[in-house]
Amino acid sequence: MADVSHSSPSAFPTATASAPRARIEPLPSETLLRLHERMVEARCLEERLIRMQRGGDGYFWIGGPGEEAFNVSLGMLTKRGEGIDHDYLHLHYRSSATMLALGADPVDALRQMKSVAADPYSGGRNFCGHYSIRKWNVAPITSPIEVQYAIAIGTATAQKRGGGDAITIVQGGDAGTAEGDFASCLVWASRPGFELPMLIIVTHNGWGISTNAGEQHGEKHIADRGRGFGMRAATIDGNDVESAYRGLEEAMGYVRRERKPFLLEVYVSRLYGHSSSSGSNFVESETDCISELERKLEARGLRSAEACATLRAGFDERLLEAAKMVKHEPMPEPETAFDHVFTERDLVGERARRVPHDNRVWRAPACVHPTAKSVKSGETH
Amino acid sequence: MATTVQALRMALHVGETKLGVTDIFGQDVGPPLGGVFTATQGLRTTWNTPLDERGIVGAAIGLALAGQKPVAEIQFCDYVFNTIDLLKLAGNTLWSSHGDWNVPMVLMTPVGAGIHGSLYHSHSFDASATRIAGWKILMPSNPRDTYGLMLSAIQDPNPVMVLVPKALMRAKAAGPEEMIPGEPEDARALGRMIDAPIGDREGWEPEWPDTALEFVPIGVARTVRTGEHVTAVTYGRMVGVTRRAAELLADEGIDVEVLDLRTLHPYDWPAIRQSVAKTGRAVFINEDTEITNFGEHLIRRCVEELWGELRCAPLLEAGKHLPGVGLAETLENVSVPGLDSVLRALRRSAAQPDRAPSHARRGGLSFTWTGEGAHGAPDAVDRALRHR
Repeated sequence: MADVSHSSPSAFPTATASAPRARIEPLPSETLLRLHERMVEARCLEERLIRMQRGGDGYFWIGGPGEEAFNVSLGMLTKRGEGIDHDYLHLHYRSSATMLALGADPVDALRQMKSVAADPYSGGRNFCGHYSIRKWNVAPITSPIEVQYAIAIGTATAQKRGGGDAITIVQGGDAGTAEGDFASCLVWASRPGFELPMLIIVTHNGWGISTNAGEQHGEKHIADRGRGFGMRAATIDGNDVESAYRGLEEAMGYVRRERKPFLLEVYVSRLYGHSSSSGSNFVESETDCISELERKLEARGLRSAEACATLRAGFDERLLEAAKMVKHEPMPEPETAFDHVFTERDLVGERARRVPHDNRVWRAPACVHPTAKSVKSGETH
Repeated sequence: MATTVQALRMALHVGETKLGVTDIFGQDVGPPLGGVFTATQGLRTTWNTPLDERGIVGAAIGLALAGQKPVAEIQFCDYVFNTIDLLKLAGNTLWSSHGDWNVPMVLMTPVGAGIHGSLYHSHSFDASATRIAGWKILMPSNPRDTYGLMLSAIQDPNPVMVLVPKALMRAKAAGPEEMIPGEPEDARALGRMIDAPIGDREGWEPEWPDTALEFVPIGVARTVRTGEHVTAVTYGRMVGVTRRAAELLADEGIDVEVLDLRTLHPYDWPAIRQSVAKTGRAVFINEDTEITNFGEHLIRRCVEELWGELRCAPLLEAGKHLPGVGLAETLENVSVPGLDSVLRALRRSAAQPDRAPSHARRGGLSFTWTGEGAHGAPDAVDRALRHR
């Protein structure tokens, strides 16, 4: 992990190639093997989803192959549960690996791709990868690439008052940081005296659909933007699972402990392009975090190439069978389109913890604007 | 006797002490100002935000998702337009998650013209708001409804928008029926209790009157005035204008029924249907611009469902389709409806010839007017002209 405030961060766009890496403490073998299993499962899931879409069992594919090392780490380190005493996840549409690491059933992702009635995330209403699980604080994932940065302000505000160690995690891509909501997030997360316990993640794959980030962004690193807000910020290599996991541990630990924001920029690959609309073909030129990890596992004698292949074949087989099953599941009944426009029940509020606060006791803050008399006359402010 | 803005403040006080409101926030909402219209003075859970409407709406959605009960304010609805996709999101979250997450937030914002606010303090939002599915849209026309609708908005588990006509902020109840149960009759006494002092407010505490927990139900219109000849369907600031017009037209023999919708979505179609079926003539009055105006939707529904009962074409009296509301009084008056234009529209509706003859010629269908006496009263236009 490279802290942008005082060290030379990794190079863009292929972080693994030339990054002067900070020394990363190796992960325990068990952790590494668990990470590997979920990463492979997530990759197999994405590849199955791509095949489903190509085979006519879905209208559109979008996902996160290439981000597994970071996204699985994120899911494994999340404090999973419902309500302000657990972490809130405001993710984006490349987050399948995080969901699997949290414990989601990959077959449900196939159901969303096939838009069958049993799709638990949207009842056949939304694209694949648009997860929503209230019992795990996974806020509904939406197609706009930036809105989660504005919405995360609210859950983090409730958690700031709530105390404890639960945090709000918000994740988006590099292209989305050009939107105003990202600026909103930085401003609101760092209000003096009310800094928010928020881990602000940017997974930087270097592309906004077909447009290269280098053409559009003059900032050297997106994480640099945190500096202006007095926010801790860092860049990490998302193609190296130990770097990703350790970086997340450190950033999350800071947010949990200090109740202040952390801006984490993660360099990742985009291995199948933007979406099915750009062909969803494998991109040979980008680093594959799973291949990287498998080389490491073999070198450390933890899992052989053969065992890796067997693992992958197992997931492939299971997902293929599941896809065949999902194919025959019923579509939503047309009249269900009218369900859930309004509710009679306050689902989110029924068991929520609310922390009273009283803002009547208020004092005007000392004016720190340069034209204030005290500042002009050289007095301290 | 409360003004609209005092009614709002009292409702928010009830909200945060009895209905679980956790956060009332927006630009200048917290101390020291307590809102540019003073709607949030003296409350407990108010706080100031950065000058960022998208942040405000985003924060409200997030607080709601976290099980809190936020009331967010956009200082003027003219500045809510850059949050439209977040409003869409608040409205589609329950639906897109297949009933998994609801968004129990309230968004309040002052709307409309009438304060010489020029381009960016005169806009209406009702037509745009009604196009955002998943929201309930409320728009009071007097202090009692402001109070009762806000309480209902707070209690509702869905996103609810309260559009408050800014020109009515300082308006008092038109009569005892518009007073809030439990509020002091003497306006000055109420002011001394709950209005923040000018200048230093340190140590000031409001003394809240014990107002009743009186909810104005969402989706229920109010008949402001009963009448036989023409139905005027309106809401917000135009309710008072239309009522005044109806009083003046009574002297001309035109008997106008005035419906205050109060809720734009889900709107009280049975009330509209009943009234329009009775009079056969309808004028829809509001101040938003006329193209794809909410009144146009209601006209469409009247034509589709009440064709047999309509005596003449239903009319729309709305704002002109202009890029803005001009500052000069002459410009503002020509841009948004006022007493004169509402009078003209109601007279025009009453004066339109009854379409029964052509209707009869086409098919010889028997055409029975609803609401007429057994022997058939003279047409409304005759009645109107007879008394001139």
